[in-house]
Amino acid sequence: MIEKTLKGKPAYWIWLAFLGMFMAIGAACYVRQYNFGLGMTGMSRDVSWGLYISQFTFLVGVAAGGVMLVLPYYIHDYKEFGRITILGEFLAIAAIVMCLLFIMADLGQPMRALNVVLHPSPNSMLFYDAIVLNGYLFLNVLCGWVILTAEKKQVKPPKWIYFFVYLSIPFAVSIHTVTAMLYCGLPGRHFWLSAIIAPRFLASAFAAGPALIIIACLVLKRVAGFDAGRKAMNKLITIIIYAALLNMFFVGLEFFVGYYSNIPGHKHALEYLFFGLEHHGHVYNNLVPFMWAFVILAFGAIATLATPAARKNDLVLGLGCTALFVAFWLDKGVGFVLAGFVPNGLHEITEYIPTVNELGITIGVWATGFMVVTLLYKIAIGVEHEVEG
Amino acid sequence: MDEQRRKFLKIAGASVVAGIGAPAIIKLSASPAFASGHAAPAAGHAPAAAAHGAVEAAPKGVRLGMVIDMRKFTDKPEMLDGAISACIDAHNVPQFPDKKNEIKWLWKAPFENVFTDQSAYHSSKRIAETDFAVLCNHCDDPPCVRACPTQATFKVESTGIVAMDFHRCIGCRFCMAACPYGARSFNWQDPRPYIKKYNKEFPSRMKGVVEKCNFCAERLALGQEPACVEACKGTGAITFGDLNDPKSELRAVLDKEFTIQRKPTLGTKPSVFYIV
Repeated sequence: MIEKTLKGKPAYWIWLAFLGMFMAIGAACYVRQYNFGLGMTGMSRDVSWGLYISQFTFLVGVAAGGVMLVLPYYIHDYKEFGRITILGEFLAIAAIVMCLLFIMADLGQPMRALNVVLHPSPNSMLFYDAIVLNGYLFLNVLCGWVILTAEKKQVKPPKWIYFFVYLSIPFAVSIHTVTAMLYCGLPGRHFWLSAIIAPRFLASAFAAGPALIIIACLVLKRVAGFDAGRKAMNKLITIIIYAALLNMFFVGLEFFVGYYSNIPGHKHALEYLFFGLEHHGHVYNNLVPFMWAFVILAFGAIATLATPAARKNDLVLGLGCTALFVAFWLDKGVGFVLAGFVPNGLHEITEYIPTVNELGITIGVWATGFMVVTLLYKIAIGVEHEVEG
Repeated sequence: MDEQRRKFLKIAGASVVAGIGAPAIIKLSASPAFASGHAAPAAGHAPAAAAHGAVEAAPKGVRLGMVIDMRKFTDKPEMLDGAISACIDAHNVPQFPDKKNEIKWLWKAPFENVFTDQSAYHSSKRIAETDFAVLCNHCDDPPCVRACPTQATFKVESTGIVAMDFHRCIGCRFCMAACPYGARSFNWQDPRPYIKKYNKEFPSRMKGVVEKCNFCAERLALGQEPACVEACKGTGAITFGDLNDPKSELRAVLDKEFTIQRKPTLGTKPSVFYIV
């Protein structure tokens, strides 16, 4: 089936070349970082995780979001998702590839990464995260490939594969739960020390992941003559709206706990994110515009998607989903991780601004993910056309 | 330093290096009460194995700790600077000019930053103007050790020291997120050009690994006191010893003075105490 990636219209090759260019830029930036050290980034002693880990956190959600297709189709036998479930699985593969690349980019000593395996530490949440992420990657590769091969041969998938399909559902939940546990089990980081982090992560994941799949479907409809079907799209939109509302509700609960209890430690990070945190006469507020953009985009997107007339129009639907995806990226891929370090353990404030080199690596990893998803979707659509054609 | 104390330190240090040092621990707590197996209730954590007089390692035998008497430092602030530079010289701690790259093992900070859950409202002039000594707390239940995915940071059970293996650290910085005390630093770049005075007795680090105070495990192994303790010698500013040994000088100070720990509500059980 891999041969399907080798034939395409000029636009396909131009798109791949475009992504390849950013991958090359990312690789060059990474060589610089590898030689000099992580001092090439904007991270510091006080804000010791930056864009890499926040992208990782967000993308784990995108990967987990694929389960919103797998679950209705395989558990509830929702047949409308039959054509697009494979898109969810392949998106999950690309997202996890990005996650792993971001982790590698963030390590001070990447050549020692295997120490996580060589010296397994069941105390560490990172140990479990490595297990579930790689497990979920394996499950999606296996299920996606076997089911697609069966489709190509126009036979039923082998029965044994369903064991792995069903297994992938709790794995999808586990990857984002364990990722939340990286944060919410740390004493002394008030913003992260909240039991609602895992549910909140899952809610935003189940909105952002499917939103990206809708965007992909709209693109594929134009460029590859692939129609996911209006009924399937509408169902996805319903899922997105509920998940997005839940995320906003959870964010609201964080505000209630912080501001009603009036405990300073519970308010600091929220103040820093949304209003600016005053400290010794200086107001630190470099994330405020991002967070209000998150709120406005999220509610705007929810309102748009919830309006039947609006979502009938492909362009409006695409814009709504893009707005939602960007909103939740701002929430989790920017705000959540960075605000956990403000203020630091000694109540000092350091702001983080990524460097150009760091942005280069970040864009390079994203381009790699888009490359992976493009190639996988090319295969999937190619097989569907072959079967139907 | 009297001979007995010297011996104590040497044994404690040796067990740090050996990582096991079972007989050493027995000797270490070889006050008659311990050795006879009738461990006084005051010993609290006195382990069963030690009471048996067996050769087995006692997991909670020794818990090295420290009392920092800030009253002494208020009188002589330059003494704290001396302790800090002794630490820097002993451990090849690089001196970066910028805050972003800072590597800190022992440093100073205002009261309100060190004791973030104590009120600094209308604090006395002395407290407001004194810089407090800050270092790794060598917690009895260290969150950094819990978070480390490779056991590159670990608790030496025979001494309670929270140690680092610079060669195993992958530089994920999970420990830095986990430490509530800001005690850990990361080498964002090669630190070697920024080492002012190179001490050949202690390894320098490479880029991409985390480091922090090690309670001078390498000096204890040689029968020396920690560098900061030695720098304040004879003043009583820093008392170092075994928290679990009721006969230790450290316990004598703790029994006598009112002391506080940093963020005790987090359950990390810091081994560094302060007399404010």
